[in-house]
Amino acid sequence: MVLKKSILAVTGLMLATHMFAAKESITVYTALESDQVKPYLEAFKKAQPDIEVKIVRDSTGIITAKLLAEKENPQADVVWGTAATSLVLLEQNGMLEPYAPAALKHIDAKFKDTKTPPAWVGNDVWGSAICVNEVEAKKQNLPIPTSWEDLTNPVYKGKIVMPNPASSGTGFLDVTAWLKIFGEQKGWEYMDKLHDNIGQYTHSGSKPCKMAASGEFPIGISFEYRAAKSKKEGAPIAVVFPKEGLGWDLEATAIMKGTKNLKTAKTFVDWATGEDANKLYAENFAVVAYQGLSKPIEFIPSNYASMLIDNDFAWSAKNRESILKEWSKRYESKSEPKK
Amino acid sequence: MRSVWEDSNRLVLSALTLLLTLGLCVMILAPLVQILAQSFFDATHRFVFLDNFIDYLSQEKSLRLIRNSLFVALTSTLIVVPSAFGFAYALMRSRMPLKPFFRYVAFLPLLAPSLLPAISFVYLFGHQGFFKPWMGGSTIYGAWGIVLGECFYVFPHIVMIFLSALSLSDARLYEAAQSMGASSLKKFFTITLPALKYALVSATLVSFTLVVTDFGVPKVIGGDFNVLATEIYKHVIGQQNFALGATVGVLLLVPSVVTFIVDSFVQRKQKAVLGSKFVLYVPQKAPIFDTAMLIFALVIALFFLIVLGVSFFASFVKFWPYDLSLVLKHYDFSSMDGGGWDSYFNSLSLAFWSALLGTIAVFTTAYVVERGKVFPHLRAFLKLLALLPMAVPGLVLGLGYIFFFNHPDNPLNALYQTMGILVVCTVAHFFTASFITATTTIKQIDDEFEDVAESMGVACYETFFKVIVPIATPSILHIARYFFVNAMTTVSAVVFLYAPSTTLASVAVLNMDDAGDISSAAAMASVIVATSLVITLAFDMLSHVALKQSQQWRKAR
Repeated sequence: MVLKKSILAVTGLMLATHMFAAKESITVYTALESDQVKPYLEAFKKAQPDIEVKIVRDSTGIITAKLLAEKENPQADVVWGTAATSLVLLEQNGMLEPYAPAALKHIDAKFKDTKTPPAWVGNDVWGSAICVNEVEAKKQNLPIPTSWEDLTNPVYKGKIVMPNPASSGTGFLDVTAWLKIFGEQKGWEYMDKLHDNIGQYTHSGSKPCKMAASGEFPIGISFEYRAAKSKKEGAPIAVVFPKEGLGWDLEATAIMKGTKNLKTAKTFVDWATGEDANKLYAENFAVVAYQGLSKPIEFIPSNYASMLIDNDFAWSAKNRESILKEWSKRYESKSEPKK
Repeated sequence: MRSVWEDSNRLVLSALTLLLTLGLCVMILAPLVQILAQSFFDATHRFVFLDNFIDYLSQEKSLRLIRNSLFVALTSTLIVVPSAFGFAYALMRSRMPLKPFFRYVAFLPLLAPSLLPAISFVYLFGHQGFFKPWMGGSTIYGAWGIVLGECFYVFPHIVMIFLSALSLSDARLYEAAQSMGASSLKKFFTITLPALKYALVSATLVSFTLVVTDFGVPKVIGGDFNVLATEIYKHVIGQQNFALGATVGVLLLVPSVVTFIVDSFVQRKQKAVLGSKFVLYVPQKAPIFDTAMLIFALVIALFFLIVLGVSFFASFVKFWPYDLSLVLKHYDFSSMDGGGWDSYFNSLSLAFWSALLGTIAVFTTAYVVERGKVFPHLRAFLKLLALLPMAVPGLVLGLGYIFFFNHPDNPLNALYQTMGILVVCTVAHFFTASFITATTTIKQIDDEFEDVAESMGVACYETFFKVIVPIATPSILHIARYFFVNAMTTVSAVVFLYAPSTTLASVAVLNMDDAGDISSAAAMASVIVATSLVITLAFDMLSHVALKQSQQWRKAR
């Protein structure tokens, strides 16, 4: 009894504090890195001082799972900077409100939903990159790889870490990229050979680069933002962009169907897909969705955009289950831990 | 006169039993049913009944995962139960020096977010670790890494069960044995162990279930060694496939059901030890035995201190392992993930409310289950509800909370997005271990107390507050402390439930580590450990005062 009473009291208190909140406010779920979120939001506050943005930030997997679990009674008004593959999944569940933001005509056709009005619009591109620890490579006499093919060289046996595609979006985009680059059959043959060199499949996409940065494993297959950030922080790594091409995904934005703050949500999405916001994205990412705003980024080659493979989000989403089943059959079943 | 008292006692107990059952149904059963029901549907929400289970169990992979889970759970239990027993025994039955120190060290693992030992193990035994040269090519990633991590994580839970059981041993039995000329060994096997049978069974089951359902340790240190708990993570977080996640979740419930069955079986044989003529046992001097116990305790303490120390050290290192200069900058959380110092204060508030409300809920439930006297079937059900949370992986519980509390038709909807739901969820998540502690304590209190009280026409709540609570004060403080420190470190369930205004320090640790800011993660983890340590010390001072005030009678004879 006491328990329930006290909980009600606590709840009452919280509700009371809610009522004094600003009159216009929206809840935004995002998977953007938090050191990026801060300056972005400051800019939004300057543009729209009357709108209070409440942010729920977490990893892509958590945010997507949370959104799906809340399907009956969505709490978010907007999903911002979250993997396009996740947004496709939300759209298949009928959870997105199609909207054509003001700057839509400036957005590169590759980087938005194909329907009109689009269910989601891209912000920036994040793609695969390999982190190679130069200190350890030298110590262990390993050549620096330049291509995906190089990674199957037996000298790397047990030296490479990559994210498990069943638990990480980064891992999955690598697998789909290999199937696209090498073709279905050759792609699996490639992964068979790569598997012999893998020291460990990790659960998160940033972990391989972190492991490479600390020398735990000399080579980590990860993504370019994490790689560039680690290097900037002083990690002795070389960031390699394999010459066959890079798998990639978008950080994208959408409005949740059933939002009670549709007008404010639209204002926010107009800003988040507009010129000013894209200029900010361009500080962190080499390729942004707004045409003509992309600019070179430290540690990332200038021809980065041309290295991206042709992506088909619908294809990836549709074949995800069968690809993961095949992957798990090939590499999880026979991979008892290497002693 | 007497029957009026009996009637009003029955009324109070009946109302309490009903209320608690309702409360636990809302906190535990309803959210679980919501999520587990998903295991009967496929990805397109079509009802498929047992197909998911048949599908899952027919894969070659699943059997290997079950085998892996069993292997780490059994190995960890085999290591942890004897060593935790030894440690508790050393604390209660020897006269080794430094006991207060060892008591704190035993609880250190409980104070640390699960990422902390993982960070430390990698620094100690990883490919760049201190001990790498002595590891002879073997690796920490895999089954043995998980076992080591789980032992660290489970140890305090098990010590807690043994301490509370050992603290209530009757000296009269030992005196009698002494006067009959029994050897120490004989006393151990004929008095000590039989009195601990219940605690031993509980400890084994708790350890087994905690390991089977934990995903934190295998996630960070398991490498390619997959277990059922990480499989849930893959399905839910990696692929957002709730149906398969729930299917594996149901499989993980099996140990809890076994716990319940075994427990009720053992319970029938358990008799009260703490009678109204109870005399507290005080160990005698035994130099050889005391020294042996001291060495044993030192080895374990050293291991724990090293594990914590490494992370604490790492929180000051500029860039591990290449730039070892010491800096303070990792303690500035402002540009980091997870809300910085605000999260820390949110965590404090969560811990406070969980400790307060959780302790009240747990102790009352345990009392009603053990001594309620009314509705025997309902009380058995209440007990099952109380034992259930231990077997539920936090991820599953957290998702269940979203499905249940966020449903538009649920009148408790207002709780969603508040600190309230975090408190309720945390209390539910950590209910079982505290419940077992409380039950063990109450079982050992002779029910003569109630019989006498009732025959004297004393109301049951008066007996409860004037007799039971004072006797059980040390155990109640244990429980409050347990809730507090767990609320500071919990991640798996609350990660789905925090709102913009209720971010938590423990989640911040996870996110900072995920973002590559390992040193900041270690720093926040160190702040959490330090806070919990201060709170633990405060609780112990309280406990000390309480002991002096309320346990006088123990020495009175």
